[in-house]
Amino acid sequence: MMSAFHNTKIEDFHGVWVFCEQRDGQLMETDFELLSEGRKLAEDLGCELWGVLLGNQVGQLAGQLGGYGAHRVLVCQSPLLAEYTTDAYTKVICDLVTEYKPEIFLIGATNIGRDLGPRCAARLHTGLTADCTSLFVDTEKYLKFLAENSNVDVNPDKYDMEARNLKMTRPAFGGHLMATIVCPRFRPQMSTVRPGVMKKAEFSQELADRVHVEQVSVRLAEEDIRTRVLEVVKETKAMVDLTGAEVIVAVGHGISRDPERGVALAAELAEKLGGVVGASRAVVDAGWLGAGHQVGQTGKTVRPRIYVALGISGAIQHKAGMQDSQCIIAVNSTAEAPIFECADYGICGDLFEVLPLMIEAAGGRA
Amino acid sequence: MILSEKHEMMRRLFRQFAETEFTDDILEELEATGEFNWEMHRKMAANGFLGTKIPVEYGGQGGDSLAYVLMVEEFARVSPVLSLYANTSNSLGAGPLLFCGTDAQKEKYVTPIARGEKILVFALTEPGAGSDAGSTLTTAVEDGDFYILNGRKTFISGAPFADYAVVYARTDAAQKGSKGLSMFILDMKLPGVSVGKHENKMGIIGYPTSDIIMEDVRVHKSDLLGPLHRGFSTAMKTLDGGRLGVAAQSLGIAQGCLEESIRYARERKQFGRPIANFQAISFMLADMVTEIEAARELVYNTAVMKDAGSPDGAKRCAMSKLFASEMCNRVAYKAVQIHGGYGYIKEYKVERFYRDARITTLYEGTSQVQQMVISGSLLR
Amino acid sequence: MKIIVCVKQVPDTSGKVAVKADGTMDRASMATIINPDDLNAVEAALAMKDENPDSRVIVVTMGPTQANAMLHELLAMGADESVLVSAREFGGSDTFATSQILAAAIKRIGLTEDTVVLCGRQAIDGDTAQVGPQIAEKLDMPQVSYVSEIKKEGNTLTVKRMLEDGYQRVEVHTPCLLTCIKELNTPRYMAVKGILEYDKKPRLVYDYDALKDDELIEVDTIGLKGSPTNVFRSFTAPAKGAGQMLSGTPREMVAQLFGTLEEKHLI
Repeated sequence: MMSAFHNTKIEDFHGVWVFCEQRDGQLMETDFELLSEGRKLAEDLGCELWGVLLGNQVGQLAGQLGGYGAHRVLVCQSPLLAEYTTDAYTKVICDLVTEYKPEIFLIGATNIGRDLGPRCAARLHTGLTADCTSLFVDTEKYLKFLAENSNVDVNPDKYDMEARNLKMTRPAFGGHLMATIVCPRFRPQMSTVRPGVMKKAEFSQELADRVHVEQVSVRLAEEDIRTRVLEVVKETKAMVDLTGAEVIVAVGHGISRDPERGVALAAELAEKLGGVVGASRAVVDAGWLGAGHQVGQTGKTVRPRIYVALGISGAIQHKAGMQDSQCIIAVNSTAEAPIFECADYGICGDLFEVLPLMIEAAGGRA
Repeated sequence: MILSEKHEMMRRLFRQFAETEFTDDILEELEATGEFNWEMHRKMAANGFLGTKIPVEYGGQGGDSLAYVLMVEEFARVSPVLSLYANTSNSLGAGPLLFCGTDAQKEKYVTPIARGEKILVFALTEPGAGSDAGSTLTTAVEDGDFYILNGRKTFISGAPFADYAVVYARTDAAQKGSKGLSMFILDMKLPGVSVGKHENKMGIIGYPTSDIIMEDVRVHKSDLLGPLHRGFSTAMKTLDGGRLGVAAQSLGIAQGCLEESIRYARERKQFGRPIANFQAISFMLADMVTEIEAARELVYNTAVMKDAGSPDGAKRCAMSKLFASEMCNRVAYKAVQIHGGYGYIKEYKVERFYRDARITTLYEGTSQVQQMVISGSLLR
Repeated sequence: MKIIVCVKQVPDTSGKVAVKADGTMDRASMATIINPDDLNAVEAALAMKDENPDSRVIVVTMGPTQANAMLHELLAMGADESVLVSAREFGGSDTFATSQILAAAIKRIGLTEDTVVLCGRQAIDGDTAQVGPQIAEKLDMPQVSYVSEIKKEGNTLTVKRMLEDGYQRVEVHTPCLLTCIKELNTPRYMAVKGILEYDKKPRLVYDYDALKDDELIEVDTIGLKGSPTNVFRSFTAPAKGAGQMLSGTPREMVAQLFGTLEEKHLI
């Protein structure tokens, strides 16, 4: 079966697929983001968008997936799929891909997606691009993206535009460099996509009502699974919904004079503005805030409406995670701090002086 | 000097350790309390640094003098006081024992010192006998299987928390000057041993210094170290190693000053541009780095020559200490000057470097004593 | 027990990063370090060896001969043996091709019933986190990624696998592959003694000839030609246009800021 799959011509692969991750019967935000993005790719390719949903008793979630753009949802249900295991999920996914031959396969770059994706790509003998932040099939759109986001010469004559190939762009070298990756010789073109980056479309009840749900029988035995999940523990306290936040008030090394007070003040401002507290790597490394608060290359990528950077110098790793925010406000005592280069509004001053004034100013509004 | 790959690796190791572990919080705590940081001591011990230069058979790491110099330099570059934590055991601590201890003494004392389980300090200086060790007034009088020690040692770094001290005492009252002195390993818990109050020092805060007072202390004969009545020459040989350590410490302090100054000169703007763009500043930096490099060559070469058994070892150690410590004070002075008023403020690292630098021309023989040693060997 | 640790030498992206005019990385001008997550994997291996001194820790890397500097450091930390996988034929490999080669190297080192293969979660140059799982696939062994705790009893490992919203506790048997994250441990330092003795330990080099007979090593599965993915373009993002620096007293600046935010309906 595998060799037949490998001998399939590239032209015979069709459709865009999204792996729709669920935990405890709850769909992930990334599912909606990826479906929204996948729908655009499918339209450009003139093909369908399918969702792939694995789990146990999860069939009722399919409609929701349709509402974000899936034409069809393949539902694979088995008690053996209740908890994520690499072996079970890889086998089921690879069986599906081998049978249906999608052209593009997107997976959310969550801790599960980044475990599953590479394993599947290796088994299917195809390429996988990790942690993508933009995806294009259409040449025009890709060139427009390049023109807006780089200094690259976008003269179309200079491009062999790789026709239907998926152009997958991702940050590399700690965000210092962007690279567009292609996978011209193998299918499906696989990509894990960074959570929080793709824009989620509006939920459409009309689309949800039209979705075609297909139950797929699962060929899976207990012996196929070589790991045993002994327990699953939710740690909600550490969870900060940075990616979903509209407003983020982030603190950096500038609070070092009095970290406790700095964090408390930031929390107060965040509360007044209806947001959450973020942190630079320095703050997390120093233990002043948990890793869940970290914004940047090694933390979360965020694009809130308002990003307030307090005492954050603006190392490139940090900027990589927040520079797409709609409005960036920076407070820093050093006028030369690189954060001011990407800020819409900069206040050069002592954050311990400025912050209480901001809290006061925000008081009457939110 | 072009370092071998292994010495380069060691430098990386020492630098990594110092930059990771000597955090601002720890440095500030040392400064604020003046207390010995036992956790840092244990951390250094766990990583083998207290035995860097001690042979493997005595629980050490088996490094050479250059390894030791690199360690002290890299540690001092971040924290001059913490460089002492790993310094003493490798130089003045285990030095005299390795040099003239019996096998039993080495086994009993050197191994725990190398592992950091015990701390041994070196007690030569007396209120009336600094570099002039011949004026030592502490006496040791034979009494059966024991010697009875009486006297007072002063400015002994580490005395307040030491387990043992190597002390010098006059065993032959008939002999004058440097003759008739012997070394003893003094257990600081013996009856009659006490320590004075902690000295309130200008710098090197966080490594307490005090007097050791001996009143009719009975030291067993098995703790006589080296030949009877001829302890002085051993003391001098041990001081060679100690001087190399101070030279390395000076090098590290100077390097730290230079790096802080470069960073500050780039950041600080006056008259619309970084002060590094002013020749008055940039030329100071040029002088600083040149002097540091000259000292580095001298110190590293001396370390290698000393291990090779060069007859010039003692002189070169004195030259290294003389030049590096004086250089370090010139560099620290310029570092504060480049920082302007900020260099006088405790929040800036150069303020501490400046105070810490001051000791380097004083302890283990003042610059003038080094000049005596050097000129003495020239005119011999 | 045999513990094989896959490591990578990477450019230090935390410092200044040099980008060439053509948009590619100027690797030659950058300092190299041991990939941070890989150090956690090495520490995990050495900790297992501390508990079970009969174990052997073998570090393996693919890269140019400059990677020897890193291997020497790992031997100085306490690894027993190093393997450098290096050949022109291996150059230009993407994660798929890299995992083919490393899997072949691991087979050559020798897999036993009680072998554990450890990798770092991801390398800071590529940030893909793909090579570990792909090696596991090529070796047909179970994997657990994002491991923050390891307990070992005989050939059974119980590990904590981190998720964004909590963790799983997973049981797995050797031979298996784990990818390690920084929460797992604090890597130890080298030791002076280790530095002095590292060159007394076996340091192997696997070139193309050493691996070419493995079924995983084919012209179309390794190197640039065997890589399913290619870099199509690489570029640096242009700096965003400078915003507005507010002026006045802190109170005036804050008032001005909130005035503007309100005007623009941002709050």
